[in-house]
Amino acid sequence: MIEIEGLTKRWPGADRASVENVSLIVPEGTSCALIGPSGSGKTTLLRMVNRLVEPSAGTIRIGGEDARAIDATALRRRIGYVIQEVGLFPHWDVAANIATVPTLLGWGRARIRARVEEVLALVGLDPARFATRRPHELSGGERQRVGVARALAGDPPVLLMDEPFGAVDPVQRGLLQEEVLRLLRQLRKTVLLVTHDVAEAVRLGDAVALLREGRLVQHAPAAEMLARPADGFAAEFLGADRMLLRLALFPATTLPVHAKPAPGAALPEGATLRDALAHMLSAGATAAPLPGGGSITLADLLAFAGGEGSRA
Amino acid sequence: MDWLRAHPGLFLAAVGDHLLLSLTGLAIGIALALPLGIAVAHRPRLAEASIMLGGALRTIPSLAVLAALLPLLGVGFTPSVIALALLALPPVLVNTVIGIRSADPAALDAASGLGMTGTQRAMQVEMPLAAPLIFSGLRVAAVQVVSAAALATFIGGGGLGDLVTQGLALLDTGRMLVGAIAIAMLALGTEAALGMLERHLAARVRGA
Repeated sequence: MIEIEGLTKRWPGADRASVENVSLIVPEGTSCALIGPSGSGKTTLLRMVNRLVEPSAGTIRIGGEDARAIDATALRRRIGYVIQEVGLFPHWDVAANIATVPTLLGWGRARIRARVEEVLALVGLDPARFATRRPHELSGGERQRVGVARALAGDPPVLLMDEPFGAVDPVQRGLLQEEVLRLLRQLRKTVLLVTHDVAEAVRLGDAVALLREGRLVQHAPAAEMLARPADGFAAEFLGADRMLLRLALFPATTLPVHAKPAPGAALPEGATLRDALAHMLSAGATAAPLPGGGSITLADLLAFAGGEGSRA
Repeated sequence: MDWLRAHPGLFLAAVGDHLLLSLTGLAIGIALALPLGIAVAHRPRLAEASIMLGGALRTIPSLAVLAALLPLLGVGFTPSVIALALLALPPVLVNTVIGIRSADPAALDAASGLGMTGTQRAMQVEMPLAAPLIFSGLRVAAVQVVSAAALATFIGGGGLGDLVTQGLALLDTGRMLVGAIAIAMLALGTEAALGMLERHLAARVRGA
């Protein structure tokens, strides 16, 4: 669990605080995405959690413990850290990169080797093929995976990710988002994530925190924020297609199933309401067939979106 | 070559002197420039100043440095070594500063974020990333010092330059040529050997 209270950062000489009086809680095993325009203070906020930036005021508690009362390096070894540029050490092979935190923690060699193989497998890289490779021999996506593996190696309860997939091409990015999301859920990590991409934020964050000029504008579960932006700025930032993004958060099976069959091929397993809508649009039909038989209707979909969305 | 066959002892003594002069001067220069470079690299203004100073010092001809030291320190081995150390200083200083400053900021950020202490970060990440450029500075300094050591003869420092000046004075072309060729070979050899090491090091650090 990450508890942030009254957190403020004022850089010397700046005319306004970079982060001002932000309070938010990321419950154990959940993720929170920080979004906002550039200069909104989201990265500064993230970097205060592992004290790469020292707060001017406020408190941070990690698992109930006051982060400012612990030695900063000891604190950071208990917090996974992933950045957009990855920052792999080019003079070390993949295994040595991943072993960074375990080595700093003084683990034995056998334990480190076993852990390196374990986390490589977790991020979908074959240890036999990748352990001895050097960072320059990896593709962008592989590098980012190694970055995630390195952050997980010390088995930290908390992970900080700053634009973790920003440098990866769109196809790879979708794949990585999916896998990392699944992985972090499975490992029950508490994650604080920075992104400027609304779609990524609602996909990866159980909750979303929107910042503007250092202040917290809204902090809500992803679906709720999309349905009910707190103000005009939030609505504009989330974008005109926010209701579509929101549909992507719900499985197609959220809607009541009608026995009447619908035209076209059945939706794939795990399809979302957005997929269902896309299916109806392309088939020119008002219903979409489900994989297990039966169908869902456009009328129900509209009622779901409207009912949940416009209730302010 | 006849001269060399007749005076192998003299030649070897001159080579020995030359190497001793060069290595001592180089060692002192590195011992000063490397820590200085490390110390100023993280202070932007001092770093800029040292890069500019280094660039300016580099343009002063070796002979001028030797000549300028003559009235201050007199003649002999010590002033020659000091002059050579001064010559070694700028390339090592400038490359150390640039090498450290060009270390990948993302790798440094990751190092801190993963919980390395300042010293661990400097020793395990920053210095290894700076190493190829620092080493390239060492190579330039070494070649420059080995060449400039030939001029030490003008302030009584000894070395292979002695063979050249003696050859000129005695109109002994053989002696002069042996000195000149040996100086050139030493400089070329230093460049070739250190250049090879440098490429090897760069490959180890950066890959590619």
